[in-house]
Amino acid sequence: MDNLYRDFILEHYREPHNRGVLEPHDLHFADSNPTCGDELSMTIRLDEAKQRVVDVAHDGRGCAISQASASILTDELRGMTVDELRNIDPRDVLESLGVPIGPARLKCALLSYKVLQGAVIGAEARWPDETEVLAGANEGGSAP
Amino acid sequence: MAIEQARSTGLDGTALRADFPVFDRPHRSGRPLAYLDSAASSPKPRVVIDAIADAYAHHYANVHRGIYELSEDATARYEAARKALARFIGAPSDREIVFVRNATEALNLVAYSWGRSNLGPGDRILATEMEHHANLVPWQQVAAATGAAIDYVRLTDDGRLDRDDLREKLARGPRLFAVGHVSNSLGTINPVAEITAEAHAAGALVVLDAAQSVPHMPVDVAALGVDFLALSGHKMLGPSGIGALWARRELLDAMPPFLTGGSMITRVTLEGTEWNEVPWKFEAGTPAIAEAAGLHAAIDYLANLGMANVRAHERALFSAAWSTLGEIDGLRRLGPDDPDEHAGVISFVLDGVHPHDVATIFDAEAVAVRAGHHCAQPVMQRYDLPATTRASFYVYNDLDDVARLTDAIAAVRRVFGA
Repeated sequence: MDNLYRDFILEHYREPHNRGVLEPHDLHFADSNPTCGDELSMTIRLDEAKQRVVDVAHDGRGCAISQASASILTDELRGMTVDELRNIDPRDVLESLGVPIGPARLKCALLSYKVLQGAVIGAEARWPDETEVLAGANEGGSAP
Repeated sequence: MAIEQARSTGLDGTALRADFPVFDRPHRSGRPLAYLDSAASSPKPRVVIDAIADAYAHHYANVHRGIYELSEDATARYEAARKALARFIGAPSDREIVFVRNATEALNLVAYSWGRSNLGPGDRILATEMEHHANLVPWQQVAAATGAAIDYVRLTDDGRLDRDDLREKLARGPRLFAVGHVSNSLGTINPVAEITAEAHAAGALVVLDAAQSVPHMPVDVAALGVDFLALSGHKMLGPSGIGALWARRELLDAMPPFLTGGSMITRVTLEGTEWNEVPWKFEAGTPAIAEAAGLHAAIDYLANLGMANVRAHERALFSAAWSTLGEIDGLRRLGPDDPDEHAGVISFVLDGVHPHDVATIFDAEAVAVRAGHHCAQPVMQRYDLPATTRASFYVYNDLDDVARLTDAIAAVRRVFGA
């Protein structure tokens, strides 16, 4: 467990990167984790061709894992194309946290991914399949 | 003071843990388990586990069917469990006990059977803001299906029913008042006898969600005066998969069946069907036979401890934990201060730390608590919280568990520096 709350996670929780709401924005979605009431919104601004991410912000309230995950994920998005956003692998999102995520906290860790997918498709996205995601994750758990 | 109270209750939680095999399970931390999640479900004592195994090994056949010794044996034992439960909650007759899966199903039975045949446009249902979703969603559904309106009694800042608001909403003339005996999210013990009298004076029937009270305190349906009562076996040391609805006989007699099929009939032709008598009219299909034996053993175990002793024990643990938690800066406790109005369920929030993070760090200390909205999202909305951490006590807890709780909070503080 002490692993789960490494300084890397706690720093992102205490001082999240890319916090706030972008106005105006091109893509937006807000969602929640029903099991714990975590809330997260994401706003994304695209370039003039509406192809690449120029800026991104997230806002909401929730546990250290969900909030740090949003901070870490949004750090990676600038310069990516919308197609690339769509193709992000949830296992990479887990790996980027650098801590072992078990089934009990999987939704906390992947709420940011789900909200991002919601912003891309303009509707609520499905949760990734737990079995698939967990099968591929947590083996390396490499620290960033 | 609190320690003396706990020791004077006559229940020794430390010693009782020896009756519960799950406490032998090693935790990855190497520490003994401090189980503080009994409001969600309770561990089972050996006598309950043995009763289930014994039912399958020596007394198992279908009930109410076979014209042979083994089936008669199984039937007698199944009906003996019904009689034991009737005695345990002060029901005037065991014919008023309907076995169902859990309290949720009991409440749905009332909503579907009584609700859909008695409610219509212009009628009102009264519930409260502190209800578990099980005593809320079925009423919303029956309101939507029948055109009835639904009101909710507001809560005070300290987690009690607002009695002025209750009176105002009873004055609107609801047909039914749905209320919990003990709030699973706040720990509040509602003054059921008093508010039932008020509801009856206003012409409402009262359905009581007793899932959090029957396991933890003496409950007597006659003394409370309610009309329907729902309970779950798995929260009172019994198995999952069995619970009960108690209702006054004349109400059950007049209600149409909820689920239909085998066993709940007396005569079926292709043109129509005659219903069986209560309670069997409401028990379609093969029931939870071995689970009834387990529930019977749980009732005997609790009755042997004495429900007044169980309540006194938990009251002492509550008082000790409530005052200890009150000394922690940045910790907010929910629910009433008065131990007479607060069961052994404490919901709290720590500034700057989400309850899920609290529960994860607690788990590393082998302290099991619940974190979340506790199936009572309107309560979270009322107090503007996303979630709470909840510690709940039962017979196998002791003052060491209270100390483990405060130590675990210190561990959270170390991680979060909060």
